[in-house]
Amino acid sequence: MSDEEQREAVLMAIDRVATRMQDEKSHLTDLDSAIGDADHGANLARGFTAAAEAVEGSEDDVDEIVKKIGVTLISKVGGASGPLYGGSIMSASQTLSEEGLTAETSIAFAEAYLEKVLDRGGARVGSKTMVDALTPAVHTYKKSIEVDELPPVTALAKAVAAAERGVAFTVPIRAEKGRASFLGWRSVGHQDPGATSTLFIMQELLATAEKFTEGETDVDALAPSEPDVDPDDDGGDE
Amino acid sequence: MIGLVVVSHSSKAAEGICEIAAQMAGGATIEPAGGDGEGGIGTSAPRIQDAIETVDDGDGVVILVDLGSAVMNAELAIEMAETESDVVIADAPVLEGALNGAVEASNTKATVESVVEKAEDAREYHKVN
Repeated sequence: MSDEEQREAVLMAIDRVATRMQDEKSHLTDLDSAIGDADHGANLARGFTAAAEAVEGSEDDVDEIVKKIGVTLISKVGGASGPLYGGSIMSASQTLSEEGLTAETSIAFAEAYLEKVLDRGGARVGSKTMVDALTPAVHTYKKSIEVDELPPVTALAKAVAAAERGVAFTVPIRAEKGRASFLGWRSVGHQDPGATSTLFIMQELLATAEKFTEGETDVDALAPSEPDVDPDDDGGDE
Repeated sequence: MIGLVVVSHSSKAAEGICEIAAQMAGGATIEPAGGDGEGGIGTSAPRIQDAIETVDDGDGVVILVDLGSAVMNAELAIEMAETESDVVIADAPVLEGALNGAVEASNTKATVESVVEKAEDAREYHKVN
């Protein structure tokens, strides 16, 4: 993508995420009122809307735009989501500073974002947090490009499918981090709001990528691009 | 002089803790950074960053925090703050730690390490028996 297209893609992505968060505000708040402090929908809607406004019409390079999105989220999103979403975006924006947005730098961005979330929040897979959606998504994205050599948009579609499974995984497990952990066993049976909003963000990134790049997007995260050896096949000829 | 910043989800709590600590430790530089910055309950990295820059005179800053996101926002504020000084979060109860830390900080020989150590001594306090 040209510099101009990259800028257009990033601005479209933040607009789409902001609109989605407004649309999902009460849904996320309902999820958060079951196991948290009922502010996730309002916080993210306010933050992403402010971020979209802050960069509207920007002529900056994409790393500067992404950094500004992070900084705006930090100042506009309350609670732990400010540092976790905004701080991680701000920090990961450095991966785009030299070459802009490419398949390689998008992997680096995703990995840097995940690493910052893990460092800052101290959660791991199975803590019933955004990490449960983010980790399989980032791993699937990287593997799909680097090993399977799929186009980035196809890799992103697989990552979204992986994140969907991660969100479902948060339902039957007990919370170990954040407000939900105070509920102990009562947190079981509820879907994590942070994992859910992470999936929504990724779905909007995919919808944006589909407009700018080409590739199959009707894919399953669990389907290998080159099928593994059939475990029932004993390798014999008969 | 070592500066202190008190971070709480409530701006009133942060201000109150600073009042109690300042009464015990005349001359200590202590700044509240409570609330989400928009009048609500929460913590705000830019607000904590401002407080760090306010109390920092080059000798270092120690931050006391209450719960959860206070720690994350304090860490982020340290990364964002424009300072060359050491800025450290004490792993201590916010009120007792602030009080102990302020008493130590009012000593002209205090260092970031000594203020953190005194603040963290408060982890061992028992209030009954």
